[in-house]
Amino acid sequence: MEIPHTVTARPDTGLYNAKIGIWLFLASEVMLFGGLFSAYVFLRVGALPGYWPHGLLNVPVGTFNTLVLIGSSVTVVLAWASLKMRKFGQYKLWMGITILCGALFLIVKLTYEWPAKFHHFGAFIKQDALAKYEPYLGNNYLAAKGLPPRVEITGDIAPGSENDTNSKVYVFEKVDAIYADPTNPEMDRPSFMPRPMVEKRVEVAKADVEYASMFYPRHSSYFSVYFLITGLHGLHVLGGLIVFTYFWLPVGANLYKKNPEHLANRIEVVGLFWHFVDLVWIFVFPLFYLL
Amino acid sequence: MEPSHEHSHAVDHEAAHHVNSHVKGYLLVGGLLAFCTLLTVLLSYVNFGTQKANIVVAMLLATFKAGCVALIFMHLKSEKWTIYRVLLITVFFAIGLFALTGLAFSDPIRLNF
Repeated sequence: MEIPHTVTARPDTGLYNAKIGIWLFLASEVMLFGGLFSAYVFLRVGALPGYWPHGLLNVPVGTFNTLVLIGSSVTVVLAWASLKMRKFGQYKLWMGITILCGALFLIVKLTYEWPAKFHHFGAFIKQDALAKYEPYLGNNYLAAKGLPPRVEITGDIAPGSENDTNSKVYVFEKVDAIYADPTNPEMDRPSFMPRPMVEKRVEVAKADVEYASMFYPRHSSYFSVYFLITGLHGLHVLGGLIVFTYFWLPVGANLYKKNPEHLANRIEVVGLFWHFVDLVWIFVFPLFYLL
Repeated sequence: MEPSHEHSHAVDHEAAHHVNSHVKGYLLVGGLLAFCTLLTVLLSYVNFGTQKANIVVAMLLATFKAGCVALIFMHLKSEKWTIYRVLLITVFFAIGLFALTGLAFSDPIRLNF
């Protein structure tokens, strides 16, 4: 038995069935990501002054990944257009590039961006101990300029030392540049190029620390919502890649020989999903990397 | 009824021409999106006075980019009414979702403590 309306439109909707299906699915996705973005808004607006970090993510890398994802949105629509024009060779080429772009996006995220965070350590200082760390935080300088205070010292800590229960201090081997030169006006705002860490031994007494952790989701509301949204987005990229690869393999060629319009429709449907994933990233990028 | 496979194998010249005429547009929109991405990055380092103003500028650009993707790449510029109906309901509930989040900030318990 053949499934009806995989190619031709249903008379009542004017659409082939899969198209209705994918749009209903995308409607549910809007609500899913909408819920997460509203959580972002809630956490960010509710954050106390200084507790919502700025400039922790690598902007050039994020920009590169955004451009890669936009490029893949163009190539997937070109792959679909090639099928509509019955140019199977071109379809294979554009789809191949799309798969490479999607894979590159995930590789950058999973092998560079996320691991770099997992090696970064941050210690939130208790309110009544902030003055003790003034040489690293520069809060008097910030207050004079009307800027929010710094409440955390971040940098590299000796591996494993964060869990050393015998030690009464956290020992930073390197700190982020901002804590080495806190009253430099250049440090008032994040920079486009990441500032290299500075080799400076900084000891922070555990008794003065409100909370400390590597940059894991548990580190802060910011990283919690960052890893959740980018992780879920990454899973969507992976899902799209699996379907693209399936249709790039001989399965796609066989379907094309059988009924090219059917393959074109399937690529249109997965392409709609891919554009949605791109659309989500368009908001993720400025909200987490830039603002 | 589905058409015979032999029938759908043939190039629909009118449809192919229609798609072909859009290819240049897809490339232009891709270029525009890349440009807007770089512009978003650039403007994020411009001080518009307050952080809120910077957020508004970045979100306006992101909304413009999202609109381009939805209208051109996702073909919402000329789609069937059935899909618009689905999306209108979605937009209604998505606005409600964010409105409820906004409402949380006027919670009297929060204001008192």
